[in-house]
Amino acid sequence: MSLTTDDVKRIAHLARIEVTEDEAQATLTKLSGILGLIEQMQAVDTTGIEPMSHSQDVTQRLREDAVTETNQRELFQSIAPAVENGLYLVPKVIE
Amino acid sequence: MINASLKELAAALASKQISSVELTQLFLDRIVRLNPEINAYVTLDSDKSLAQAAAADALIAQGKAGPLTGIPVAQKDIFCAKGWRTTCGSKMLANFTAPYDAHIISQFDAAGAVNLGKTNMDEFAMGSSNETSFFGKVQNPWDRARVPGGSSGGSAAAVAARMAPAATGTDTGGSIRQPASLCGLSGLKPTYGVCSRYGMIAFASSLDQAGPMAKSAEDLALMMNVMAGFDSRDSTSLQREKEDYTRDLAKPLAGLRIGLPKEYFAEGLDAGVAKVVEEAIAQYRKLGAETVEISLPNTQLSIPVYYVLAPAEASSNLSRYDGVRYGHRAAEYTDLMDMYCKTRAEGFGAEVKRRIMVGTYVLSAGYYDAYYLKAQQLRRLIAQDFEQAFRQCDVIMGPAAPGTAFKAGEKTDDPVAMYLEDLYTIAVNLAGLPGMSVPAGFANGLPVGLQVIGNYFDEARMLNVGHAYQQVTDWHTRMPEGI
Repeated sequence: MSLTTDDVKRIAHLARIEVTEDEAQATLTKLSGILGLIEQMQAVDTTGIEPMSHSQDVTQRLREDAVTETNQRELFQSIAPAVENGLYLVPKVIE
Repeated sequence: MINASLKELAAALASKQISSVELTQLFLDRIVRLNPEINAYVTLDSDKSLAQAAAADALIAQGKAGPLTGIPVAQKDIFCAKGWRTTCGSKMLANFTAPYDAHIISQFDAAGAVNLGKTNMDEFAMGSSNETSFFGKVQNPWDRARVPGGSSGGSAAAVAARMAPAATGTDTGGSIRQPASLCGLSGLKPTYGVCSRYGMIAFASSLDQAGPMAKSAEDLALMMNVMAGFDSRDSTSLQREKEDYTRDLAKPLAGLRIGLPKEYFAEGLDAGVAKVVEEAIAQYRKLGAETVEISLPNTQLSIPVYYVLAPAEASSNLSRYDGVRYGHRAAEYTDLMDMYCKTRAEGFGAEVKRRIMVGTYVLSAGYYDAYYLKAQQLRRLIAQDFEQAFRQCDVIMGPAAPGTAFKAGEKTDDPVAMYLEDLYTIAVNLAGLPGMSVPAGFANGLPVGLQVIGNYFDEARMLNVGHAYQQVTDWHTRMPEGI
């Protein structure tokens, strides 16, 4: 599987990372090397093997449906790039 | 005092030979002198550290001291500490002041330990040399032209240069054990789920685990007593009885069965490192242990498997850095999409971007089965290799890293060469097992670590294995020259 710079740009867009033409070119070489390494996996037949997502065989704990966290809006918004009237500010998305 | 064990420091504090304020100041002075070159710390706050030390002195005076009360500990900058700048080695978080404490930080606070400062690291823990940090590379105190390893490179360099008695690290694919090996320290990655990940900035959540880095196995055991334990705020934290990790330190090793995986002594291992590791194993035989050859046949596959799973998890975890709620935001943009793309292009370094893109690619429509699912299936085979091996032995030994510390810049242009640094450590994370590196000697004048891999929850035995060796060797007490 070989990538093109267009693939790199598409992946970068999906990842929401802006890349210049030069960066896409440089990234292409390195990503191709990494994907070449990953390709080694295909040599092993894994038919019928159950995927392992986690090392411990545990189930999700449940807790009482009770409020455990207090509102810390001011503290949390004090580190935000842009806020106004208790709201996070982002560029306009609805015309 | 700078080379004292944690137990010796606690005794000195208890006998009023030194106060915690004096001890903290002594290390802060060393940091001021050495850090401009070594760059092990990214954030210091001597007022906060000394205030904690004064509070510890009050506890000691009241006879309420625990084993770590008043002892300064360097914290990897991946742990959120309330009121401290917490950067994770990234421009993205260069101005982020944590609004809460990680569980690990709370545990050290409750034990009366002093936060000595936040240590440098590879950006978002992605690297094996500490060269991906936004805050610059870290020097290896044993040879300043060389890297300390990574990603917990700042913590490793801080303890190696005796700029801290002990430090915390995190290990996703070897980030405690490899720098411990390269800097001549003891370092332990516990069983997955033993130390809470709450407030520990996420890289690959199914692999990330916090652990201690210090001079000796005994020091590690004392730190584990503080760090380990159930925390309801981490959904993967395991509900287990509290253990005393020092309980088995003095046990004799007679009859211990050591498994030696033939794949860990094959091509790719530096001859000097191999010699040191074999000498260490010979020492274990003298201590009464038996060795048995074992096989971990899927060792080579652990690297490709890791470089699918870890980037996949990272691409998801790091999607939170969008410039909206905290962290860096680009100064200029045209619309929301442009803000996201520019913010992330500016905030992340090259290696982090590469891994996010690899993760995005392997998770993208049409490729999931070929990459992510395949990697998860192979992950099971790798875990089963260990399951088989532990039927024949109690612990597994081998090198922690394929070579000694390499020169800065040597592998930065070749990510794949850098990834091979973790050949002997990654499988342990994939299986969720505990792994440890202890100093075992020197090759070409540089430290070499012996890796000890244990079965699930067998940390106390591994620490026993490390401690017994350190009773008959002095590698763990060696200090670099010129510090």
